[in-house]
Amino acid sequence: MPTTRQVRFVLKPFVFAACAAPLVYIALRIAGIGPSLGPNPVEVLQDEFGEWALRMLLATLAITPLRVALGKPWPLRFRRMLGLFAFTYAALHFANYLVLDQQFDWPIIVEDILDRPFITVGFTALLILLPLAVTSTQGWQRRLGARWGRLHRVVYVAAILACWHFWWQVKKDITEPAIYAAILGVLLGIRVWRELKKGPGRPTAGGETMAQDSH
Amino acid sequence: MIIRQAPDIRPSEITPEADFRGRREFLRRAGVAGMGLLAGSGCAADDKPADPGELRRLDVASGSPFSTDEAPNSLEDIMSYCNFYEFGLDKRDPAKLSGDFQPRPWSVTVDGEAEVTGTFDLDDFIGPHPIEERVYRLRCVEAWSMVVPWNGIPLGDVLKRFKPTSRAKYVAFETVVRPEEMPGQRRGVLDFPYVEGLTMAEAMHPLTILAVGVYGVTLPNQNGAPIRLVVPWKYGFKSIKSIVRISFTEKEPPTTWNLAAPREYGFYANVNPEVDHPRWSQASERRVGTGFFGDRQPTVLFNGYGEQVASLYDGLDLRKFF
Repeated sequence: MPTTRQVRFVLKPFVFAACAAPLVYIALRIAGIGPSLGPNPVEVLQDEFGEWALRMLLATLAITPLRVALGKPWPLRFRRMLGLFAFTYAALHFANYLVLDQQFDWPIIVEDILDRPFITVGFTALLILLPLAVTSTQGWQRRLGARWGRLHRVVYVAAILACWHFWWQVKKDITEPAIYAAILGVLLGIRVWRELKKGPGRPTAGGETMAQDSH
Repeated sequence: MIIRQAPDIRPSEITPEADFRGRREFLRRAGVAGMGLLAGSGCAADDKPADPGELRRLDVASGSPFSTDEAPNSLEDIMSYCNFYEFGLDKRDPAKLSGDFQPRPWSVTVDGEAEVTGTFDLDDFIGPHPIEERVYRLRCVEAWSMVVPWNGIPLGDVLKRFKPTSRAKYVAFETVVRPEEMPGQRRGVLDFPYVEGLTMAEAMHPLTILAVGVYGVTLPNQNGAPIRLVVPWKYGFKSIKSIVRISFTEKEPPTTWNLAAPREYGFYANVNPEVDHPRWSQASERRVGTGFFGDRQPTVLFNGYGEQVASLYDGLDLRKFF
């Protein structure tokens, strides 16, 4: 098991760099270094940011199963970072849609969000992630106490909506969204299974983890 | 059709200078000398893009009053951003994965309600028709658009030679099936062969062409070599590629995307900003190749060809027959 120092000075910077790498890579491509973004760069950014948001979200949800599998608390120390990266990529995905794709064409944007189910679903997922990102600090964890864990369990809803958003968006071949959905199914299934095994009357999964994470 | 064998592609007098420079840059980066890596597409060494060196000069007889004066996309854009599911689902796939495709020799079968039917070598099929340049807007159902300087011949002129009978109400088209050369067909995402269709009036309309080239060279594999349909007032998926069969039919023929998702893709598929795709708006489109801040522009009914084609649909409910 890594020591606190190892986590803080080696592993965390390493995971941070790994999570930021896709963003750096895209930035380099925008700057003309590396593979071209092609004739429709806005579409490439849209897809890249969206897929990385989903990957980060699934990585965030993999932390608890990993902690259980290892029987050690240290994976929890990466969860906030992963979650914030998920939110960052999701926000970039939306910002790209807003600024470069629709160019602030508000009537179209409002119509998209209200009338197009796949966009409604994706936008809802982003709205759910927003308060989670805001309350991810240790200050908010203390202030909210036990409610913090309950609040943050809505990330499950966000993840389901995000997968659904991807699924509905593809034109024909659903292989890729199906893979993400299957991974999410496993990650959520593990939680359900643990709840059932624990039986009634025990503290619930989301809440119990944070005590270990908050110091 | 006269196709002059040329050792390499020289400056084409019909190509605007800026685009020619784009093409030369493209050819240089693509490595005509056999390196064969598509410019900037980041493909692995085993990807085999079409060798631009194999594209041959076409003798293009004339321009056309139907051409738009909007700036055409570069040949690189046109060759690197394609929807051609026979080669793969990603828009870069057709460029990367179409290297094994053999567009020659080629024959086209004509059958159905016509006096003249049979299987014809491509050169005979194209026959005596002079090749025109037609610079057309292309609007994809995915809400992006391009401007493409096609080289082709009016479909109607070709069809007349086969003397369709009075029972011929529609024209059906079919794409070649060669899973060994077309990796996307091995995945079977769509029900291949890809099929499309037009009403007789649409097929005979002077805007409708069979394209055999782009920018004065033969069609690259990824763009539907050696012969494809171009119907500029309809969404791009109507413009079927690599055609091997043309059938005159009495009944409306099945069309691939309509079979795949009938709620989303109709038989007519006329460009129409008022009729949204169930999952996204068709009110505007992104003109590709214009960079990060390029125009998103309003989509125009019939892709701006309403003056020519609107009368084909007099009395037809475009919402119902989308």
